[in-house]
Amino acid sequence: MTNTWQDIKNANVVLVMGGNAAEAHPCGFKWVIEAKIENGAKLVVVDPRFTRTASVADYYAPIRPGTDIAFLSGVIRYLLEKDAIQHEYVRAYTNAGLIVKDGFTFQEGLFSGYNEETHSYDRSSWDYELDKDGFAKSDDTWQDPRCVINLLKQHVSRYTPEMVSRICGTPQDKFLHICDLFASTAAPDKALTSLFALGWTQHSVGAQNIRTMAMIQLLLGNIGVAGGGMNALRGHSNIQGLTDIGLLSNQMPGYLNLPTDKETSFDEYMKTKLFKPLRQGQTSYWQNYRKFVVSLQKALYGDAATQDNNWAYDWLPKLDVPLYDIIKAFEMMNNGQMNGYICQGFNPQQAFPDRGKIRRGLSKLKFLVTMDPLDTETSRFWQNFGPQNPADSAQIQTEVFQLPTTCFAEENGSLVNSARWLQWHWKAADAPGDAMSDIWIMSGIFHRLREMYRKEGGAFPDPILNVTWKYTDPISPDPEELAKEMNGRALADLTDATTGAVATKAGTLLDGFAQLRDDGTTASGCWIFSGSFTEKGNQMARRDATDPREQGIAPNWAWAWPANRRILYNRASADPDGKPWNPAKPIISWNGSRWVGIDVPDYGPTVKPSDGVGPFIMNAEGMGRLFARDLMVDGPFPEHYEPLESPVENVLHPKVRSNPAARVFADDRAAFGSPKDFPYVATTYRLTEHFHYWTKHALINAILQPEEFVEIGEVLAKEKGIDQGGWVKVSSKRGVVVCKAYVTKRIKPLTVDGKATHVIGVPLHWGFTGQARKGYGANTLTPSVGDANTQTPEFKAFLVNVEKTSAPTT
Amino acid sequence: MSDLQSQDYVRRSASTMTPPSARSHEDQVAKLIDVSRCIGCKACQSACMEWNNLRPEIGHFEGSYENPADLGPSVWTLMKFAEYENEQGNLEWLIRKDGCMHCEDPGCLKACPAPGAIVQYANGIVDFISDKCIGCGYCVKGCPFDIPRINKKDHKSYKCTLCSDRVSVGLEPACVKACPTGAIMFGSKTDMKDWAGERIEDLKSRGFDKAGLYDPQEVGGTHVMYVLHHADKPSLYSGLPDKPQISPVVMAWKGVIKPLALIGIALAALSGFFHWVTAGPNEVTDEDEAQGERVLREAESEKSS
Repeated sequence: MTNTWQDIKNANVVLVMGGNAAEAHPCGFKWVIEAKIENGAKLVVVDPRFTRTASVADYYAPIRPGTDIAFLSGVIRYLLEKDAIQHEYVRAYTNAGLIVKDGFTFQEGLFSGYNEETHSYDRSSWDYELDKDGFAKSDDTWQDPRCVINLLKQHVSRYTPEMVSRICGTPQDKFLHICDLFASTAAPDKALTSLFALGWTQHSVGAQNIRTMAMIQLLLGNIGVAGGGMNALRGHSNIQGLTDIGLLSNQMPGYLNLPTDKETSFDEYMKTKLFKPLRQGQTSYWQNYRKFVVSLQKALYGDAATQDNNWAYDWLPKLDVPLYDIIKAFEMMNNGQMNGYICQGFNPQQAFPDRGKIRRGLSKLKFLVTMDPLDTETSRFWQNFGPQNPADSAQIQTEVFQLPTTCFAEENGSLVNSARWLQWHWKAADAPGDAMSDIWIMSGIFHRLREMYRKEGGAFPDPILNVTWKYTDPISPDPEELAKEMNGRALADLTDATTGAVATKAGTLLDGFAQLRDDGTTASGCWIFSGSFTEKGNQMARRDATDPREQGIAPNWAWAWPANRRILYNRASADPDGKPWNPAKPIISWNGSRWVGIDVPDYGPTVKPSDGVGPFIMNAEGMGRLFARDLMVDGPFPEHYEPLESPVENVLHPKVRSNPAARVFADDRAAFGSPKDFPYVATTYRLTEHFHYWTKHALINAILQPEEFVEIGEVLAKEKGIDQGGWVKVSSKRGVVVCKAYVTKRIKPLTVDGKATHVIGVPLHWGFTGQARKGYGANTLTPSVGDANTQTPEFKAFLVNVEKTSAPTT
Repeated sequence: MSDLQSQDYVRRSASTMTPPSARSHEDQVAKLIDVSRCIGCKACQSACMEWNNLRPEIGHFEGSYENPADLGPSVWTLMKFAEYENEQGNLEWLIRKDGCMHCEDPGCLKACPAPGAIVQYANGIVDFISDKCIGCGYCVKGCPFDIPRINKKDHKSYKCTLCSDRVSVGLEPACVKACPTGAIMFGSKTDMKDWAGERIEDLKSRGFDKAGLYDPQEVGGTHVMYVLHHADKPSLYSGLPDKPQISPVVMAWKGVIKPLALIGIALAALSGFFHWVTAGPNEVTDEDEAQGERVLREAESEKSS
């Protein structure tokens, strides 16, 4: 979230699209209700189904799964055509007036630089024209046809209300009514908040879905302000912490990039990281990148990371592909290229697409280690559970080590919530049975591996042998000690640059990342967490709910990254002169000598408004990007591409149907179905009664939603003779689910390109372990393809067939 | 239930005397369920199961999000989901938390032949006192909202207690505490009606002209009230009675028997006989005579009114 849960109450319009907040985030949803009751907010829901969120909405419109970019591009077109944008904001704070290189084009569904063979783009033309000093050229009058805003106008001109309706199946009147509601927040003192989740990410165009909405928010002046923002509601306790700490194959802690094998030296690596400002006098915060990396290396390798060995750069793994995501991991397992798998707190047999492929992959492993508090399907993949898991145990040689772990309530630690708050939690109970903490298990594996490297050498022992491990209890490091390591400390006396006096003594915990150095005198395991555990104590454990303006900002409740800042980009909450756009809900303002207010400024605290430094200081041009430059692999503007499995052609450009930059493995492509055999659009999702695949192990949750079902509209049910609550067989090219049918008015056929299109809803909670009734699992059906940028699987739009059937024989 | 609570009885089933209410300062309480801010998450159902330690069987999917499929001796509250297409052709998903309404004039209590098995406290809560219950099922028939259910194992009747155990020590009912959106509120009945007024105003401003409070006067008002978007059509909400009526079985005590008082007494005696069969000989006869007298007295007073 750019903003916070509490801040939702400041919104005038709440848009829930690409998520189902009431269903998946019922506790946080109270702030939407608060916005309605206390702020008179209108709640707008756009979703293929009439959801629990829709049940309390002021306005609902249906949409075909996988067409959000078309819808939102239509909104952009509408806002530009009606001139319903916040002009001063767009002019001062976005790249609307910057001029794009001549070489950049968009034709027939493809941006310039496409390579058909590699299914990827040469992105060098996706950038600004630079002047002789290397600064981006601009035209503040927006007259130049190569200005971003003019290229954007041209790009979205195809998304007329007729076209939106034709692609999305959303009735035009409903679409236009929602455009009007969006437009109402272009006023400087009005805000729309966008609440989204996996309904936007889990598409082959997931990242671009979110970008399109972010562009709308920039045009409306809704980023950085109270009640605005782009608010990703994280779907999994501590998934925010997972990304923060870099648990992705191409990342390191604090969103630092893991080096690639082309970056053979530290200097080479740093070359592409220290974004030089693209406007004169602009702050470009990533210029501190080197400090963050060196401090990370000092945290990892201690004294062994020195200036002389380039801070142990050579010991970092180097990527030979963009990323080793899970889809790729299972492809490699299936190809015999990955033989062992440590599966910590993850249940891919349930959670990942094309369950058959997952099971086949696991079956080819030499060993599988599962670490989980629950008896997961993954740890039992080899066992025959009847039609819900038809494994042939005798044929599977994988050795499975099932290590029971403690759960969050059985250990101390911190969780990062959607609003980026690190909240400390305390152990409430002892773990049952033989369960041990993940820290103890990982430590044990580390010590044994290190011992093997010590004794036996091995190809490259240095990265393991040199890891620093100076914990009080090396067998099971204390979570507080680990948290302090994340925060970072001074390794030598740090002197003040101007006075030369010792400002921070050696050994002291740091107050924040501003103190980090690139000379090896500081260590910090995750620079964005710096400030969370200082000499003043564990800031994450703070529980002071005082909210000075009752505006949803309680600065002494836990601790938010970065720098305890609650609303990102909050400089943009004030006009160029430093006066709040919305005087009733100010965040920070300029008092003549510094920035003051209820939040930590996302800006130099004494940088004068007249200096003209842009508010988006993590971007080299300091501006919000309506044109993404080369930062997305599939285009600097979002474009509607059909899901990899779609019932229709791409009416905008028939030759380029789906995301041209999507990575699709050959065997996965062969497992895509055609609309002839699988005529219905399916989408998967979760229900309030359950959390993923965990709570089916809990009796009360199992009582509340006991058995697998799919949701089918009344019209289709009638056509197929399907009874309410009767058995159906839902099939995709990849597998079959036999379950109950919920025949509902909440899913209506959509008219897409003149044809009736039916949507089938597939809730995902059931499997073959736990207390609820056995189920086949939604991911038996889903396709193995991900978003072109992140490889997040396309769980939200694929093709199935559905037929009436009888109960499965078990 | 504790003895202390018995000091707050204002009504007691099958009893002649209005219990002397030892503590008279009790406020009338009410639970207000604002249907317009309920998201049907079932946190209330979980909380009810947790607090009251109820675990119904794991059921099946039966064509709706309603689970378990019905109220039961271990299911004291249940989210009900109704898909409704309004006059404009737009869908509304009307979700209502069902359970005991705690009527001011409780049909169950009126119907109950077992002395003291159903009581009403000064704060308005209607409670079942299990050790006095004879499992006859008259309360089920007497209830205009079809709420109580008989447990086939112990032959006792069960329903929501409005967490009388929590309320008596100053806590809100478990469902209220658990509700994430504040759709379930609890307090004095006056405060709840005031708050409902504000909510109704908001709903009217959003186009729900017929928004209103459900506090049906047919049963003297209820201590569980709803804010409805369509207060003119309560039955849209999974059959919430438009005009709840205490069942004729119960009305029989008052109406039909009026000219046939002797039969009334005979019935009362018969009921006493059954109680004697099931519960053994105790003060049943006295109580039954008292019940008969009450019927007669009520018949008389109705004649004169």
